[in-house]
Amino acid sequence: MMPGKVLNSNVAQPLVTILFFLLLVGLAALIGLARQPRQYRTDPPVAAALNQLRLMPGGIGGAPPEIYFALDRPYETSAYDLSQGKRLYSWFGCASCHGDGRGGAGPSLLDGWWLYGPSVVAIAASIRDGRPRGMPAFGSRMTTDQIWQLAGYVKTIGAYSASLAAPSRNDDKHTRPAENRAPAAILFNEAPPVPPRSDQGPSP
Amino acid sequence: MTEDRKQSPLMDDRLDDAELERHLLQSWQTPGGIWKALATVDHKTIARRYIVTAFVFLILGGLLAVAMRIQLAQPEARILDPDRYNQIFTMHGSTMMFLFAVPVMEAMAIYLVPLMVGTRNIAFPRLNAFSYWIILAGGLLLWISFALDAAPDVGWFAYVPLSGPEYGSGKRADIWAQMITFTELSALAVAVEIVVTVFKQRAPGMSLDRIPLLVWSMLVMAFIVIMAMPAIMFASSTLILDRLVETQFYNPAAGGDALLWQHVFWFFGHPEVYIIFLPAAGMVSTIVATFSRRAIFGYLPLVMAFIATGILAFGLWVHHMFVVGLPRLGESFFTASSMAIAVPAGIQVFCWLATLWLGRPVFATPLLFVIGFIVTFVIGGLTGVMVASVPFDTQVHDTYFVVAHFHYVLVGGAVFPLLGAIYYWFPKMTGRMMSERLGRWAFGLIFLGFNLTFFPMHILGLLGMPRRVYTYQPDLPWGGLNLFISLSALLLVSGFLVFFIDVLRAWRSGLPAGPNPWKAATLEWATSSPPPAYNFRRIPVVDACDPLWMHPEELAVTAGLRVDRRELIVSSVVEALPEARESSPRDSIWPFWAAIATSIMLIGSIFTPWAVVWGAIPVAVTLIGWFWPKGTAEDAS
Amino acid sequence: MKSTSALPPLALLVSGCSGAQSVLNAEGHAAIELKALILGIIFVCAVVWLLVTIALVLALVRRRDRNDGAISERKAAAVVSGAVGATVLVITGLTIASFYTTRALSEAPGPELTIDVTAQQWWWRFTYGGSNSADAFATANELHIPVGKVVRLRLRSSDVIHSFWVPSLAGKQDLIPGRENTLTLRAERPGVYRGQCAEFCGLQHSHMALFVIAEAQADYERWAERQRGPVAEPTEAEAVAGKAAFMAKQCAACHTIRGTRASGTTGPDLTHIASRRTIAAGLLENTRGSLAAWIADPQTLKPGTHMPLVPLTSDELRQLAVYMEGLE
Repeated sequence: MMPGKVLNSNVAQPLVTILFFLLLVGLAALIGLARQPRQYRTDPPVAAALNQLRLMPGGIGGAPPEIYFALDRPYETSAYDLSQGKRLYSWFGCASCHGDGRGGAGPSLLDGWWLYGPSVVAIAASIRDGRPRGMPAFGSRMTTDQIWQLAGYVKTIGAYSASLAAPSRNDDKHTRPAENRAPAAILFNEAPPVPPRSDQGPSP
Repeated sequence: MTEDRKQSPLMDDRLDDAELERHLLQSWQTPGGIWKALATVDHKTIARRYIVTAFVFLILGGLLAVAMRIQLAQPEARILDPDRYNQIFTMHGSTMMFLFAVPVMEAMAIYLVPLMVGTRNIAFPRLNAFSYWIILAGGLLLWISFALDAAPDVGWFAYVPLSGPEYGSGKRADIWAQMITFTELSALAVAVEIVVTVFKQRAPGMSLDRIPLLVWSMLVMAFIVIMAMPAIMFASSTLILDRLVETQFYNPAAGGDALLWQHVFWFFGHPEVYIIFLPAAGMVSTIVATFSRRAIFGYLPLVMAFIATGILAFGLWVHHMFVVGLPRLGESFFTASSMAIAVPAGIQVFCWLATLWLGRPVFATPLLFVIGFIVTFVIGGLTGVMVASVPFDTQVHDTYFVVAHFHYVLVGGAVFPLLGAIYYWFPKMTGRMMSERLGRWAFGLIFLGFNLTFFPMHILGLLGMPRRVYTYQPDLPWGGLNLFISLSALLLVSGFLVFFIDVLRAWRSGLPAGPNPWKAATLEWATSSPPPAYNFRRIPVVDACDPLWMHPEELAVTAGLRVDRRELIVSSVVEALPEARESSPRDSIWPFWAAIATSIMLIGSIFTPWAVVWGAIPVAVTLIGWFWPKGTAEDAS
Repeated sequence: MKSTSALPPLALLVSGCSGAQSVLNAEGHAAIELKALILGIIFVCAVVWLLVTIALVLALVRRRDRNDGAISERKAAAVVSGAVGATVLVITGLTIASFYTTRALSEAPGPELTIDVTAQQWWWRFTYGGSNSADAFATANELHIPVGKVVRLRLRSSDVIHSFWVPSLAGKQDLIPGRENTLTLRAERPGVYRGQCAEFCGLQHSHMALFVIAEAQADYERWAERQRGPVAEPTEAEAVAGKAAFMAKQCAACHTIRGTRASGTTGPDLTHIASRRTIAAGLLENTRGSLAAWIADPQTLKPGTHMPLVPLTSDELRQLAVYMEGLE
């Protein structure tokens, strides 16, 4: 019997649908293979290379080490790293000075005013080496990996448009909009920005 | 009444059979071509798509199970890392529950219910087409996310706070929650269709006490879906709201409660088991009667047991939460109710046994699967009684004992009958017989493989092995049993392989079946195999539970339907007295577009709440297209 | 009769205690009651299954006479009704048995010792003596209790839902954020009982074990006394260097060693780590080698754990391991 006759349109239809389905999933798998999976472990040599921050004089701004781009280890865009950064923010007591991000004893991270520039490298350097007037150095308390995760997270909360990878609210008292709702932008709209604080850091 | 008599419509009572078939085909058949195929609203075509899709998901879910068994075959294996393993077991559970078990049972209903009640199409056929595209999109969403290494990793139960905003990073849990939205939308649509088809479209004379048991079981299943699915709709929507727009449903610090999730999830999750099991019970009742060569014993007790199961199903959910620290009195109530559901289950089993006892069993493959079903399902039911006891459950909850228990209930209790049902109705769906020889092999391998795989898990659970572990340490005494289980799983896989080979072989070149190869009694066997687009040349009149056994030569038929357009009989709920002629919708491409618009909106809402606002516009446009009046009177009689 | 005298702790190395984590290896008051109930219910259910299967086989193979239609139909109705009645009886019996066990378990006398259990991803913190009292101390993944005493555990979680389960002693109980549950234990015999988190809690759910060490009252007191006290200063040169490395490196930010300036609370309290049988929540036996391996590369041994990979030289690693080993 002719297979063509047996596989009439009624029978072929579901098969076509399924082939279409599998095709799409297969294409996605190809893209998926190109994606980096979540990484939990950074090789010590890589960590050492990541530690080579290239800073401008005075520690204001700078460029990430070359390996940062080669690594495809995007501390600013991977949701997992950002959420780890968020946990580090509470584990290492950042809130005791910076509060929920709006500052306290330390400067606000949400007012759009970056004393040492908005680049992630400058933030990482601030965490690692500390800054004058009270910011302690965490280089001896956090690993390079953790510093990058925390820096990525800090950059996210101060961003004026929320990235898709930004973490959401915590399971605790709600004191400001969650990171994935761009708290900086919302607070900026709600109240005028805090005036520049000349008492902290070098003047920009 | 005000109709123009001069242009009186073409009625079926004036035509001879050949002429009638020609006209019916013209009105009902979907012409060839891809766009026409996408537009079809024929319940049989859509059901076939559903079934094939569901079985593809079964294969995919099965492959995931194999991956897990390879990982667990030896202690501290490094074949899968924990992240991948967590995605895999979440995908396995979600795929099997939401993309295989529920859709396949509904698909069987979509195919069989209209045929069994003697009507020409399911109620709301365009909604039916829509429901299929929606579940396909939900499946695509889940599986593409898996391929992208972004699949949910929080378990098919997605307990907060692990799946909540703080601990579920990325979009993984959102994808899970939105996949739920797709499947619940589709399931609700089908449930409504089944209820209306059963209540209003039965063939004249098919009073409530003459409805085939499968249809009863599907009706009860549809009601459970209608009542249980809103709970999970609430759950998944609130979860996504918590994650996306900072609501506080599950945040204990802001007045929410992590346990609330478990309550609403299991308020759906437990009835879900009966959504899957009841259709299987209907299939078993059908197959047992046909192959015992006698009417089912205890029709009324069986119907009552189905309904009782459907009601009790909503009073059991807390037995999934016996160790969360609820008050003792409440737990005791749920112990009693969970135990009580064993009574309707017992009634069903005893009625099937009595039917077999009283009849003259013919050991065809469908009956073999039913026999395998009784043996394994009783084990699953009894372990269910065990975990219903609070103190017992505190020791086996979340261990492999429970894994064994629910696989005995779901595979033994639902997949075995389903495979039997495929062997049984395959001839009706394709016009071709499956092989008895391969069928026996498939049954033997699956039955043996299943029991060797899952029975030892009871012991593993008692030996203290928890569920959802990606590995275990070598010094724990679980290695040997795990290796044995993994090897047995190969047997189970080979059984399914034989089954699928048989399906493909029979589809291409099986022996022609003829209208009623099993000499069965219900209406679907009164038409050709596969049935024509219009199902029945003339709608039969029913005067017994087993019409084809009562009237082996010829069924009485009705007349008076128009043939120049799609028309079917609407009958009364209890007596099935004909009430009206109702036009049945024509093919339409709009459900397809509506499904695409809905999918875009739902997937978009994973990323931004604004997708709900802007995405609603295309949905509205497609719905307007869908419901646009076509200029012909809907009820012209 | 098995000897119930105090088991030599070293002979009962954790890894050697096969079958320790088993419902059937019941050594606690609750677990013994539960085991009796479990075996009883399983027996009843096995009998029921056997009867149904026999009925099924008979129904399929019995010899069929020509005309037994109407009579056997009536007989079948009677048998089915009888079977349904029997089902109701069995179910009622099992329900009552279950209620009685629940009651027996909840009638335990008041607690003689209360311990706070906090679960976090993926280890257990046990706090003795309340959180504020001066002689309070904390340990990790190893719970010491006196044999024969009723011990009440206050169960809390600091992140997601976990479940405390030591099958040889009692049934499990969930630890749920925002709630406090309690579980009462009474070990009837001394021994080391393995337990494990039983609610899926993320990446390392599989490696979240704990050990309950039930010992005679005197042994328990001695253990508690030693835990309460600070740790002795290292004297060995390597250990001294190890301590310096501990304080200089990232370790001190997350771990506490009482009596030093290491006072982090994110990770387990290491004051008396050398007295524990295992490290990393039951993952490895506590030896110098495994300590070094764990510190050198936690992310390979337990991918996703919150303990970071701290780059160390091999000397530092050895010194740290020696220092840890000396924290008796």
